[in-house]
Amino acid sequence: MKEIIRTLASSIESLRTQFRRWRAASSSRKIPIQLIQLGVIFLVVGVTVFLLRQRYVPESFGELGHYRADAVDVAAALESRYAGWQACAMCHSDKVEEKNRSYHRTVSCETCHGPAKDHTLSFMEIRPEVPTGREPCLACHSYLASRPTGFPQILQDRHNPVRPCSNCHDPHDPTPPETPQTCGACHTTIARTIAISHHAPLDCEVCHEVPPEHKQLPRAHLPKKPFEREFCGTCHATGASPPDQILGVDLSIYDIPRIDLTTHGGTFVCWQCHYQHSPEAQ
Amino acid sequence: MTPEHLAQLEAALAQVSGFVYPNEVELHWSILIVIYPYLTGLVAGAFILASLERVFNVKEIQPTYRLALLTALAFLIVAPMPLQAHLGHPERAFEIFLTPNPSSAMAMFGFVYAWYLMVVLLLEIWFEYRADLVRWRQNEKGVMKLVHWLVSLGSRDVSPAACAFDRKAVQFITIVGIPSAFLLHGYVGFIFGSVKANPWWSSVLMPIVFLFSAIVSGISLVLLIYYVTSLMRRKELDMKCLNTLASFLLYALIIDISLEALDFIHRLYESEESIEILERLIFTKLFLSLTIVQILIGTIGPMVMLAFARFSALPDELKRMIYFIAALLVQVGIFSTRWNVVIGGQLFSKSLRGLTAYKLELGGQEGLLVALGLLVLPFLILALLFKILPPWKDAETSPEQSAAQLT
Amino acid sequence: MPKTYNRRDVLEELLKLPSATVLLGVIGPVKVLAATHTDDDQYEPTEHNYAMGIRVDKCIGCGKCVQACKIENDVPQEPFYFRTWVERYIVYADGEVEVDSPEGGIDGFPPVASDKEILRTFFVPKLCNHCDNPPCVQVCPVGATFKSQDGVVLVDNDYCIGCRYCIQACPYGARFLNPQTRTADKCTFCYHRITKGLLPACVEVCPTQARVFGEIGDRSTPLNRMMRMSHLEVLKPHMHTEPKVFYSALDGEVR
Repeated sequence: MKEIIRTLASSIESLRTQFRRWRAASSSRKIPIQLIQLGVIFLVVGVTVFLLRQRYVPESFGELGHYRADAVDVAAALESRYAGWQACAMCHSDKVEEKNRSYHRTVSCETCHGPAKDHTLSFMEIRPEVPTGREPCLACHSYLASRPTGFPQILQDRHNPVRPCSNCHDPHDPTPPETPQTCGACHTTIARTIAISHHAPLDCEVCHEVPPEHKQLPRAHLPKKPFEREFCGTCHATGASPPDQILGVDLSIYDIPRIDLTTHGGTFVCWQCHYQHSPEAQ
Repeated sequence: MTPEHLAQLEAALAQVSGFVYPNEVELHWSILIVIYPYLTGLVAGAFILASLERVFNVKEIQPTYRLALLTALAFLIVAPMPLQAHLGHPERAFEIFLTPNPSSAMAMFGFVYAWYLMVVLLLEIWFEYRADLVRWRQNEKGVMKLVHWLVSLGSRDVSPAACAFDRKAVQFITIVGIPSAFLLHGYVGFIFGSVKANPWWSSVLMPIVFLFSAIVSGISLVLLIYYVTSLMRRKELDMKCLNTLASFLLYALIIDISLEALDFIHRLYESEESIEILERLIFTKLFLSLTIVQILIGTIGPMVMLAFARFSALPDELKRMIYFIAALLVQVGIFSTRWNVVIGGQLFSKSLRGLTAYKLELGGQEGLLVALGLLVLPFLILALLFKILPPWKDAETSPEQSAAQLT
Repeated sequence: MPKTYNRRDVLEELLKLPSATVLLGVIGPVKVLAATHTDDDQYEPTEHNYAMGIRVDKCIGCGKCVQACKIENDVPQEPFYFRTWVERYIVYADGEVEVDSPEGGIDGFPPVASDKEILRTFFVPKLCNHCDNPPCVQVCPVGATFKSQDGVVLVDNDYCIGCRYCIQACPYGARFLNPQTRTADKCTFCYHRITKGLLPACVEVCPTQARVFGEIGDRSTPLNRMMRMSHLEVLKPHMHTEPKVFYSALDGEVR
């Protein structure tokens, strides 16, 4: 032990003498002492930073880019809560097949039943929720003006209020059990728009010729739309006298705007400027 | 998440007007990030003032040279603290040195800061003080001797040749230092100016506006410190020096306000899609801090006062008073400039459809108390630096005298 | 007619046998399900380039995607943290535009409050655009957010320092600071799902297929078809972020 200390002390002493000699030599070479002092400090700092970097830069950093490649595996390894409908179909293929033939074909199982990953892991103990009542269906099917116009929406306080939806509609095949009474059952956006417009008194059939099959197979049998100016002219041309019995309403109480079909609108047809479900012209 | 934080977010949500993206209710860069550019601005400004004396040979401001250097150092030491305190993971801050992302404006902070602190400021101060430290040490005992020995890095050589080298080194470092100071604060401006997603920040003028406001703030701070320290030491204020500082402050203010006006007019004239929301921002949320405090009280007021006092035949005592008040107002103005940039830039939604609110907490990691602490800390460090490295020239006419004054 | 057995019936039949119950208890249902997966191939990220399509005219604003996202990804429930959210735009006849997203649309939307005449109105789902030129990645000082080889912008939660520069740099408000991890957080396209061949949770639960997931490139995916059949738009194209979330039927008012 003593020897080690002695060796150390002597080596330090020899280093010091060497340093002194070197310093004396360097001062004769006119390298200012200040630069040497600073040089030592910068060297120490530089080496320390270099060593720390070697030690602490994460191992996988820079393998794929300027990031930790391991972070990708971390992101990929997270547990999921939603199993995906394919997992449901493994056991419940009957329900999935039924749904896939119905209007709900684009709706996934977990959209209504909630996350079911846990259920796939222990299917006896953990059961997915079974939605009941009206609220779960209203999340999608209550009327909102911003919803796409063809999307089936109901006015919840008019459409069989209080009764749970599943009384009449099977969620896995929600085709209405009875033919809808009014067009508004499906075309709610239009029904709502027209209800507050000047055309409110008119039934849809006044302008649209609806094949009866439309109510069973809506997309296969589309209703017709008027395609001539003269059709609107039946009521709105100057001197027109709309036949009461066709319209089924007493039009004499309304001040129907009249235009000259020959001059009004040029080559345009009426629906290029007016939206019949809410004709804004005053 | 603390309940206080949640309550704060709910209060902000209640104050949202128009539409903001749901993630934008929370304002992410708080008062601490206001303090950061404020402090670095003072550093850059004080250093540039010091450089004026050395490089451009402005002899009148010689009494403030060392003062300005030490001020710059004191504020530079504190500058990264608000950044650190603001991080979600302060303990990971070192990663910015480990794996700096070369494309990130912020990653360069570590390097710009290290360059400025190590290579410019500390070196300049060391060369400036080295000979004095050696001389002081010879007449000292105890702790002070040890401190001065440490600070001088054990230097002993006070030969004329060594001192001449010191002077040359200071000259050289100052010349390197001016672009470095421009870099330091221009770079802080770039952190904001390069965010293309934010129309209030995104401007090519931002680094230059930051730079000149930095010069304004630095000059006014050194003026204030010179004024106060002279009073405390019961020394006569050098009126020539004060007058020159006031002139520089006035010129810098004129350039600063011209640049800001250019930026403003340019935005107004280009009238891009963001102009409407920015107009709403200026006339509602920022009306007090921008129009009243920053422009009227912080810029135009001091400009008028300085111009009047500098070029009139007022008695010196009155002039000094006016300079002092003007410099104080400038500090208030520059602080609100930083506030308006940092906080203002986050008060409107990037959907350009609404405004959110910022409510300053009192306590907490990003609260008012921490902020005040960070603003006071540089002055404490400065007081300590004055003890170790007395900047007064009258204190070092000879080693014996300096020793007598130090004890 | 012979009874056709599906997997559930088989399991139920098996469960009636005590020995089978024991057996199932040992190997566990996981194994039973896992055994049916045939994709033994190693996942190769360079072969994918994920992207998403959003058909604005299909969105009904039900908020299922927002709910699913929060559940799937452990996003804090408070209404200040969203990886995806739904906005409602109402353009009135007088030209005024009103936008709202109450609690990110997580519980749907209330009826329009105003009596003014509406010109047009629609919902717009939003999420991280997984930009090909992501400003968030550009500004991250330490390399804690990055674009993966399969084109997804991810955050490294164990490396993020929480400086929030990326939140400032994102033009879409898609990022937030997760109050639990104190790191930046955002949509990952459900990276843990898509790399296993599943759909992102929001796409899985979207009842109208307003959200379309897939890839850019040769591989046939629903997105591929959508990109062929629709006129596409991205958000804030002037930012040159080159988003990989493509919108069809997008209105000019959407920012």
